[in-house]
Amino acid sequence: MPHLDELKSAIKERLPELDFVIGWGRGFDPIHATPLFMRTEADVDKLEWGPLNVHNTATYLPSLRGKKVGVVVKGCDSRSVVQLMQENLIDREDLVIFGMPCTGVVDLTKIKNAVGDLGMVRDVQISGDTITVTAGGKEHALALADVLNNKCTVCQYHNAVLSDVFVGEPIEPSVPEDQVYADILEFEEQTPAERMAFWESQMNRCIRCYACRNACPMCVCRDHCVAQSRDPNWLSQRHDVGEKMMFQLIHAMHLAGRCTECGECERACPVDIPLVRLKKKINKEIKELFDYQAGIDPEATPPLLAFKVEEQNIREREW
Amino acid sequence: MNSKYIPADKLTAWLDGLAADNRVLVPVVENGSIVFRPREAGSDTPLELEKQATVPPKNAVFPASEPLLTFSYQKHEDEPEKVDVSVQPTINAQPTVVFGCRPCDARGFTIFDNVYGADIYYESRREKTAFISQVCKETANTCFCHWTGEGPADSRGSDVLAVPVDAGYVLEPVTEKGEGLLTSSLLADASKEQQDAAAQMKKDAREQLGEAVDVSEARGALLALFDNMEFWEDVSAKCISCGACTYLCPTCYCFNITDETCGSQGHRVRSWDNCMSYLFTLEGSGHNPRPTKAHRLKNRVGHKFSYYPGLHDGLIACCGCGRCIKSCPVSVDIREIVQRAIETAAAETKAS
Ligand code: SF4
Ligand code: SF4
Ligand code: SF4
Ligand code: SF4
Ligand code: SF4
Repeated sequence: MPHLDELKSAIKERLPELDFVIGWGRGFDPIHATPLFMRTEADVDKLEWGPLNVHNTATYLPSLRGKKVGVVVKGCDSRSVVQLMQENLIDREDLVIFGMPCTGVVDLTKIKNAVGDLGMVRDVQISGDTITVTAGGKEHALALADVLNNKCTVCQYHNAVLSDVFVGEPIEPSVPEDQVYADILEFEEQTPAERMAFWESQMNRCIRCYACRNACPMCVCRDHCVAQSRDPNWLSQRHDVGEKMMFQLIHAMHLAGRCTECGECERACPVDIPLVRLKKKINKEIKELFDYQAGIDPEATPPLLAFKVEEQNIREREW
Repeated sequence: MNSKYIPADKLTAWLDGLAADNRVLVPVVENGSIVFRPREAGSDTPLELEKQATVPPKNAVFPASEPLLTFSYQKHEDEPEKVDVSVQPTINAQPTVVFGCRPCDARGFTIFDNVYGADIYYESRREKTAFISQVCKETANTCFCHWTGEGPADSRGSDVLAVPVDAGYVLEPVTEKGEGLLTSSLLADASKEQQDAAAQMKKDAREQLGEAVDVSEARGALLALFDNMEFWEDVSAKCISCGACTYLCPTCYCFNITDETCGSQGHRVRSWDNCMSYLFTLEGSGHNPRPTKAHRLKNRVGHKFSYYPGLHDGLIACCGCGRCIKSCPVSVDIREIVQRAIETAAAETKAS
């Protein structure tokens, strides 16, 4: 990472005016990075940048209101920052945003499926387009392209959409914009019954831990979420697949026009439920109806927070 | 009873035999995650025995959500303001065999036993459930069962230990219940060589984990740090307070009880709860003694390594399975917190 040192110096320069800066460091083993809270220059030296930086640093911001913090972002993380600003959930003046061009992060589930158990990973080397993972006594040389997070394979925003410090040369979108929802179009070809069966079989595994909710930068009710509240009491504590699905639909609907497709919900899910598919489906509808994408323009109002007597693409009177 | 041996290719036939009288829960892969599912006799769904299951078999004895009783209200025809309530308990314990969990998973229930010993729902399930645990061939970066117990061949909590050797398993009965599961004609007596191989394999598994860290000081250290919120804020900064760690934990046993009513009838349901949730300690008055994630993580670690051992002869309420580390979305590492607590408390004592 030729620009990492430059980024570190920039952070050190701003550190005295901040409570801390959030980035990524090495986790408990070579395949896991972990969010890093940098308070001292020595902490900044632990900063890492690369395909293992899977976490969305923006997730922490709403709960840190009132503090002055710095945040290191990938392009997708920066969209969450912008969306939080749009909704007045964080204060721009208390935030310093650091960015570098991001070439994509891995999907640990894909690596797990390729090498066996992630717990057996003893070494990881990244060079060029290849990530070499030693696990179970074997070296697995994997093409980064094959284990990249799906969001990165269609990423339109490799460079932070908003930043105070940006280091490095901006990079082009991964694919033309009209291919972002190709996977959803494909899924839509199934019959409603098939899609329902798919979701039931997936949600059956849900343990109702709510990691999907807490990892989501835009899920800000958290402690007061309807999923657990008894007042109002919209969900029971039963473990039926219907209850679990109901929660995901509530989550997805609450994120309509707000979800920045960062994929944290899916990444956090310990039982690999493909939650982003639901969110992307709704985002695709929002795009078609309102020509709107979350977290791009700090000045814009998300469509479901706005009121217009008549929407251009919803021809109510013609129904 | 002597150890038995079963060749790998007869394993499913043996499990199908057990399935005639039991619900047999086995680890299978679903979209990359390993979960325990009831095995249908003759099913061709492959078992996943190489890796630790993503979700432990906690549900077998302590379901994520179970009806404790059903109730219904009936109004009196002539006196509509009077309502009768009828209540029926719903104890529904099926004979169950859990096959292919890890020894740490089974040991988890020995921690439950001190708490739920007199609970009829728990007890009836516990009595009817047997664990055939598989000794780990390869241990993961997150495994630390040797800190909290003996290691990967610990038999406490298991009814049979299945030790993988070349082309099959040596099955070592641990309890009488376990012996009862080893009567099938598909099993042969384990030969001397097979028994030796099993002993070697158990030794190898333990050696893979290396030296254990001594966590006996954690009990006092965590109490000493109880009011040190700076410490707890620091170690919990990256935690997102989700609860995945507790729901995947074979030793977390906290629950909630709610009445789930529909019309004039309903169930009183006991479901998993967890200390990482704000609602866990929210009082009726609106006061919450654990308002932040720092307070909540303090409870999770303190409960496992200090408060519980304080009440139960030093028994640590963690089996070292490592799932809370492996599946934490932000890689919070309980081992690191415990070690830091021990160091911080020691440094404070020295300074004072
Ligand atoms: S979606 Fe884009 S910005 Fe986000 S991690 Fe992937 S490549 Fe980077
Ligand atoms: S719903 Fe999922 S993809 Fe959308 S913002 Fe939340 S975590 Fe990110
Ligand atoms: S993270 Fe996964 S298992 Fe947990 S509540 Fe969400 S969907 Fe269910
Ligand atoms: S430790 Fe990890 S899994 Fe547990 S609540 Fe915190 S973030 Fe979630
Ligand atoms: S605290 Fe973590 S390591 Fe210990 S038993 Fe629970 S999940 Fe396993």
